[in-house]
Amino acid sequence: MKTLQEVQDEVVEEFSMFDEWLDKYEYLIDLGHNLEPFPEELKTEDRLIKGCQSRVWLDAAVEGDRILFRADSDAIITKGIISLLIGVYSGRTAREIAEDDFSFVERLGLRENLSPTRAGGLASMIETIRETARQYC
Amino acid sequence: MMQVEKIRQEFPELGESVYGKPLVYLDNAATSQRPLSVIRKWTELSTKYNANLHRAVHHIADVATAEYESARVFVRDYLHAAHREEIIFTSGATASINLVAFSFGEAFVREGDEIIVTEAEHHSNIVPWQMLCGRKGATLKVLPVDDRGHLRLDLLPGLLSDRTRILCVSHISNVLGLVNPVREIIRICHEKGCKVLVDGAQGIVHEAVDVREMDCDFYVFSGHKVYAAPGTGVLYGRRSLLEQMPPYMGGGEMIGTVRWSGTTYAPLPQKFEAGTQNMAGTPTLVPALQMAQAMRDPAVQDEQEKIKTFIINKLKENTKVRLYGVPDSLEEKIPLFSFSVEHSHHEDLALILDKLGIAVRSGQMCAEPLMDRFGVTGMLRVSFAPYNTLEEAEYLVKSLDRAIKMLEG
Repeated sequence: MKTLQEVQDEVVEEFSMFDEWLDKYEYLIDLGHNLEPFPEELKTEDRLIKGCQSRVWLDAAVEGDRILFRADSDAIITKGIISLLIGVYSGRTAREIAEDDFSFVERLGLRENLSPTRAGGLASMIETIRETARQYC
Repeated sequence: MMQVEKIRQEFPELGESVYGKPLVYLDNAATSQRPLSVIRKWTELSTKYNANLHRAVHHIADVATAEYESARVFVRDYLHAAHREEIIFTSGATASINLVAFSFGEAFVREGDEIIVTEAEHHSNIVPWQMLCGRKGATLKVLPVDDRGHLRLDLLPGLLSDRTRILCVSHISNVLGLVNPVREIIRICHEKGCKVLVDGAQGIVHEAVDVREMDCDFYVFSGHKVYAAPGTGVLYGRRSLLEQMPPYMGGGEMIGTVRWSGTTYAPLPQKFEAGTQNMAGTPTLVPALQMAQAMRDPAVQDEQEKIKTFIINKLKENTKVRLYGVPDSLEEKIPLFSFSVEHSHHEDLALILDKLGIAVRSGQMCAEPLMDRFGVTGMLRVSFAPYNTLEEAEYLVKSLDRAIKMLEG
């Protein structure tokens, strides 16, 4: 199995292939459309991530020593971003996630290309993933 | 067209680029851009005449005070108010409404009284009244809108009672872009002895306002939405009412004499202007409102009408688009369009438009109850100012189509 670092490098490399931001959005939209369907009954208030302009739900389940994430959003670009995140972190151990510094998100350049309100939403998504992992450590 | 191009030269921000594309600024209902005349006045007062107002005897304080007080006279004339004492300077429409909600509430609202707001109000014209009702044990009633966004005037007489103290309505809704029939509302309310506050945050930009002809009791607006410096605002209030209302905040210029045994208050308008005022900002209301007046030029208005017709028709053509605030005639609509697009989230659309150089607003537009009314979590809003062009409107429609295609994948 690839290390967390290797998976992150791959994601950053793939994302950096697009020079134009509109192309990056196209890519995120694709990811969003292809994200595994999220069960309607899991769209509960406690799974809703606070601080996003669009609605984002995140569900975490533990399988053995690994955390599996599922997520959804009513906005497709946001859904693409969360898809990127859970693609990296889902299936990792709680310790791996908790100890990660999430600097790969900076390398994606997402933060500076989202408006402050959306960057705040991204920070909330990251914080929720990190907090979830800490609970299982 | 020539006229609009000439006006655009006065607004430096409009010449800026974002992501290498010319900025198309269509978020004017949130804040407007500022012309050079405003920037010059602001800079001049900050660099040459920065002094606190009214009290000092030195030269630069004299100049600063004269600028500030002549702005008051200018605003009085602009609104056609009867007295300069009826013009209170504030930090914006929100501050003006909070002032009235507090001071009018202290003077006139008792337990069991009623206040009416409309369903289409901005949070700033809802929350201060909820707070007042909470303090006084009064009841807040809501005048609804119909499916097209028009106020249900037919329901107004039934909502009014002899306990209704004040009705608060926007001159033009910041979401629906419809000019409300404020004169008729005021007439109906006054027959019942109910006062009316008109939130003119959007109205002052798009309409010539005459408070005496309108017969409103209060009219409020922000400077920054009508080309002036941010942190400026106006409260027009009928003198007889303002005189009966206690001060909102204490301190600074609002006092008469201060003794441990008690304090007396300054006469209007200082009674409501506690603390240091926005001495560089408030005088920019003069060049700002002069600009608003200049923009009523027929050539500029003609371009605005073309934009309205073009956008309305394009939105109607697109069967996926749902427009909120559907006018019966173009005269009752300002060039502000809030809508949603089937299968495309407003936030996604705004994000893609941004990358194409177009600044729009997405979300709840500070009107959550209205979002609930239409069953949406948010909308996309494009709001034009008189300095926007038909060419920009065309680029918007083209870009919107492109964004929708991208999102549908």
